Amino acid sequence: MSALLELRDIRKSFSGVSLSLAPGEVVSLLGPSGCGKSTLLRIAAGLDDEFAGSLERNPLLGFGPDSDTGRGGGGVGVVFQEPRLLPWLTVAQNIGFADGWLADDTRIEHLLRDVGLEGKGELLPKQLSGGMAQRAAIARGLYGRPQVLLLDEPFSAVDAFTRIRLQDLIQQLALEYDISILLVTHDLDEAFYLSDRVLLLGGTPSRLRREFPVPLPRPRDRRAVELAFLRGEALTELHQSHVI
Amino acid sequence: MPPQSLPTQSLRLARQRRQPTLRWPRLSWRAWLLPLLLCAVLELVVRVGWLPEHQMPAPSSVALTLWQLAQGALWKHVAASLARVAAGFSIGAALAILIGTWVGLSQRAEAYLEPTFQALRAIPSLAWVPLLLLWLGIDETPKIVLIALGAFFPVYLSLVAGVRNVDRKWVELGRLYHLSPFALVRRILLPAALPSLFTGLRGALSLSWMFLVAAELIAATRGLGYLLSDGRETSRPDIVIAAILVLAVLGKLSDSLLKVLEQRALAWRDTFLGNGES
Repeated sequence: MSALLELRDIRKSFSGVSLSLAPGEVVSLLGPSGCGKSTLLRIAAGLDDEFAGSLERNPLLGFGPDSDTGRGGGGVGVVFQEPRLLPWLTVAQNIGFADGWLADDTRIEHLLRDVGLEGKGELLPKQLSGGMAQRAAIARGLYGRPQVLLLDEPFSAVDAFTRIRLQDLIQQLALEYDISILLVTHDLDEAFYLSDRVLLLGGTPSRLRREFPVPLPRPRDRRAVELAFLRGEALTELHQSHVI
Repeated sequence: MPPQSLPTQSLRLARQRRQPTLRWPRLSWRAWLLPLLLCAVLELVVRVGWLPEHQMPAPSSVALTLWQLAQGALWKHVAASLARVAAGFSIGAALAILIGTWVGLSQRAEAYLEPTFQALRAIPSLAWVPLLLLWLGIDETPKIVLIALGAFFPVYLSLVAGVRNVDRKWVELGRLYHLSPFALVRRILLPAALPSLFTGLRGALSLSWMFLVAAELIAATRGLGYLLSDGRETSRPDIVIAAILVLAVLGKLSDSLLKVLEQRALAWRDTFLGNGES
């Protein structure tokens, strides 16, 4: 099956990084702060076009700023590190932002239910807790029925308990809607728990150190021994390559 | 309080909290204390004869004059002044919103327009009066143009600053959702710059009243500025003070109206309210 998204030999602050995202696959970019993983995601999202190398998107997907596939942001959804909700719009208006006045209310209701914000659609962002705001941001990312979801450290600003709940939510939604995910994170647990493949970035200049396949069935148990073993391997690699 | 009434009470509180504050600002008795005290002292000083009545009329005489004016001529002057401020302010603010948005959006527009506007802004607006009179006569037009000139710059400056202060991350959201430049302005930049815009609008409104008086003092047959100069020419300080009071009331009322609109439009803001609560 052809990749939905393929980055080949991308050079910017890092040297020659390549990665591809197959349909239904969850791939994590794991690395320390400043290794360029968020930049890679922004390049994949079409928000950064100053780079060397090539970015190929599956034409069926039709996304990116140069695409005019119409409403809903095309086949990609993006969730940022901070919720980035527009404070003057209600939660529901934020979720349906892609379509403005023409937003599909039924779809918004459905998404509010999916992310556990039922009945909160008319609230303003200032009335939400950090976790609730991030749930709304995830719902906004899913509004356009994306085939690919790009997540830029989406759980790093919430507390540990909320983080676990949001990770489970993402896992459940990805399975339910068969969405491919590219996740940028610096959290080893998160990367291995959610992904089919974990790409480890690090070094100066930053490059792809190693790729870890995670051949475990879903839904996963975060206490699984296999996950602990993979985390250990990643830690060893990080130590050996002097990333940490 | 009986325990069964508690749920109703808390429900009512919750409903009250959710409603945005749309009420007119209520003045407490503290606000009236200083003006009333001043009036009392002034009345006393004039009645005792420490101040000559023909220079400083007693507050009661001013009140009487105001009452007499209110029976007839006052409303004609108020209507004329209000119409001029409304027209000048609307034209100036509308132009400033258009040009300010453009300059805020485009560095090229800024490069072309900003230096000229800076130079024009440096001219004291009253310096335009002779020129406006020469060009446009002594009719309504020069007055409205002068007020529009005065209203333009505060709105323009605060809007450009507001647009330039919009969080880059929100603009990026517009890019992510393929918003057209017009949609970006309408859906992200203007709402985000609204707090600055309102600051500019309120400044512009108070300047509009100032320029109204300037325009009417120089050449007018109606309006509160005319009333001021009429009072001076006929040596009637009570008329002058009455006109000043009416101007103060109109200025305050129009500002309060704008403030209510501001509170309504910016109910989404999560800002410090100045009372120890956030």
